[in-house]
Amino acid sequence: MDKFGSAESTKFDTYASRMMPREEYFTSGHRSCQGCGEALAVRWVCKAIGKDTIIAHATGCMEIVSSAIPQTAWMHPWIHVAFENTSAVASGIDAALNILERKGKLKGPRPKVVAMGGDGGTSDIGLQALSGALERGHNFTYVCWDNEAYMNTGIQRSSATPFGAMTTTSPPGRRSIGQKTWKKDMVAIAVAHGIPYVATASPGYLFDLYFKIRKAIETPGPAYVHVLSVCPTGWRSATDLSVRLARLATETAVFPLYEVVEGRHRLTVEVPKLRPVKDYLKPQGRFRHLREPEIDFIQKQTLANYELLLQKCKSSFPEFAPIHLPQVG
Amino acid sequence: MAQKMTAGKRIGMEVSIAVSYAVQLSRAEAIAAYPITPQTHIVEHLSSLVANGELEAEFITVESEHSAMSASIGSAAAGARTYTATSSQGLALMHEILFIASAMRFPIVMTVANRALSGPLSIWNDHGDIMAERDIGWIQVFVENGQEAFDHSIMAFKIAEDHRVLLPMIVNLDGFILSHVVESHQLLDQETVDRFLPPLVPYHRLDPAKPVTMGAFAMPELYTEMKMAHQMALTNSYGPILEVWREWGALTGRHYQPVETYRTEGAKVLLLIMGSLAEVAETAVDELQALGEPVGLVKLRLWRPFPFEELRKAVAGADLVLVCDRALSLGGGANPVLAEVRSALYPLAVRPQVLGYTVGLGGRDVQPADFIKLLRHGQAEAKQGPSQEFFMYGVRG
Amino acid sequence: MSKSWDQWTWQEIEIGGVLTEPGSARAYNTGDWRSSRPMWDKKRCIKCGICWTVCPEAGISEEPDGYFDMNTYCKGCGICVKECVTGCISMVLEGE
Repeated sequence: MDKFGSAESTKFDTYASRMMPREEYFTSGHRSCQGCGEALAVRWVCKAIGKDTIIAHATGCMEIVSSAIPQTAWMHPWIHVAFENTSAVASGIDAALNILERKGKLKGPRPKVVAMGGDGGTSDIGLQALSGALERGHNFTYVCWDNEAYMNTGIQRSSATPFGAMTTTSPPGRRSIGQKTWKKDMVAIAVAHGIPYVATASPGYLFDLYFKIRKAIETPGPAYVHVLSVCPTGWRSATDLSVRLARLATETAVFPLYEVVEGRHRLTVEVPKLRPVKDYLKPQGRFRHLREPEIDFIQKQTLANYELLLQKCKSSFPEFAPIHLPQVG
Repeated sequence: MAQKMTAGKRIGMEVSIAVSYAVQLSRAEAIAAYPITPQTHIVEHLSSLVANGELEAEFITVESEHSAMSASIGSAAAGARTYTATSSQGLALMHEILFIASAMRFPIVMTVANRALSGPLSIWNDHGDIMAERDIGWIQVFVENGQEAFDHSIMAFKIAEDHRVLLPMIVNLDGFILSHVVESHQLLDQETVDRFLPPLVPYHRLDPAKPVTMGAFAMPELYTEMKMAHQMALTNSYGPILEVWREWGALTGRHYQPVETYRTEGAKVLLLIMGSLAEVAETAVDELQALGEPVGLVKLRLWRPFPFEELRKAVAGADLVLVCDRALSLGGGANPVLAEVRSALYPLAVRPQVLGYTVGLGGRDVQPADFIKLLRHGQAEAKQGPSQEFFMYGVRG
Repeated sequence: MSKSWDQWTWQEIEIGGVLTEPGSARAYNTGDWRSSRPMWDKKRCIKCGICWTVCPEAGISEEPDGYFDMNTYCKGCGICVKECVTGCISMVLEGE
């Protein structure tokens, strides 16, 4: 496959596991399933956001496995309110920090604010609150744990469920091939809000994830990071394949890793020769029912979407209307 | 900014503006609000106070009421004095979050400009909106006029933030009837309010220096005990509420009680009502008393926690109590206030007969003459034994 | 609190259900879940630390000699086995 565009890999400070921070901010003892790709991502995001951060978290897998009274796996100040409002809660926290800082009531550095939610709590029920928070330009980072269904309630479909996937509310049958619609593009939605930093990330590339989160946290204003969260339970894959599947998602262009810095798209992990999507689909039981026509369609659409992304990376000007406008007067 | 505030003098202004001054004087720090008739003037004026630097606060123009209450929880959790306001559909949209705000013990203060709930759509006043939120675990009061709205808005912060209380509080004022009407108010100066209401000291705060987890879930083994703790918090807030009201009375000369009475000495028949209609009922009582009839009025101010003892005392001498609800409990045997009153009186060996009426739904005007007609109807029903569970007053057809 | 949490009285629960001890989840031994466990062949381990990186449980810890081994929390998922660069980790049944 030809190399497209001028995309460059991100140059990181560190590539060595041993040199990464050792302190655990998402502690052992949480009750995620064995091999949970989401928990792995959470572990590294929590290291990347640093000690001086407040987390607002939506209802979902990570919230449930980590916060059964009296046990909490979180070392950060952390608040859970409801399912669809984590961006609104984060907005309130950000506003409070603004006023407390102005009034000189904050001791120590002003904490960062991170909102976390699953794909359901982000692209479905949480979309309104997210849109509002992004549009108002709060200083926060939103991290979406995308395991591609409502996993905590028993694997029901969401708008992030990939085409053809089996879920309990999009089961294959005589009249159904599984999920009928293509995965909603949350990154494009975030970019359309004119925010300065948007990225995709994955537990298949943990250094990439770590440094993207660092970048997102340091960016003033809103940032959005969409994390592919491999779920062996819901995807019906082997528990030891979670990192490998995340890598396959990128290698097949199903989940390209890129960032959008002020509207400019850039691949952060280049894949010189893409693998066929069926390499990604085969190890997952949720795609087991798919036949040639569906797999062909997925292959074609995946490549078409990837082409579009590469075009955006090449674009000489970004389609970008920033929400931060210079102060007038 | 419309008016300069001068302590002591009585100034005519719209009640909404007076409420926003109360919030300004209370030095609210984070205001997350979504516009809905008839609360709009409160949040508009607060917005302009913030824009002009006259109120040092963050105004979050949230994209829905659900987010308004969610953002309020966020800002309260981060340690800022938090205020919001809403009505009707907006209050209904906040519903799931309201329970959470009180269970998590955040001292949020909210003004509800009471307005009827859809359907059909109505922008006008009744208590349907707040009656759908009886069980949210917030402290709730009703005010009768603009001065009370001003007073109770400031007191609400002090009550809510008391470490013996730590519960959010709603001040109910009748939409349009109060919110959009010009009344005369005696405001306080900033110094006086600062002495009355010191800065917020959060009990728990989201702070990296001392990380806590808020909003963890409870297994069946714990849920009951946690709701008991919530119930006890609301019940025990009674003492601190009265303390704050006493302090205010000493400060301003305006004394408030959970249950207030008007000309009930020797009265055998009592009207009972909440909110601004109490003043109309007072006029009716005056007219009846002038005719020599021993009729009095009981005005319920504190709605949650419900003042059982005070209520029992207030109606002790009467034979008949006519409870006027501005809300309808569809399909039930009693409207909200009627249900609470009957429940409060049920354990007594000797108790008055209690009949219930809905009045003034969806902004329908209620005149003193209406109260008199209602009274005559009630007296007749009481004599023959009531023909219905409760009555809807003034329905055509 | 020496009392088990399912015996707490309502007065003993923190206001608002707030948990004041961060990381208290460590009291729960998720290692009880596993039926197989990873075994390191130290002759082939290059001490790179990738296994430590990819464990969702933080279930792998560095030993004083620089090698890595599972700790009590390992759930036996096997990701470390698959991601190990030299292939020096293998899964064995618990009890072997």
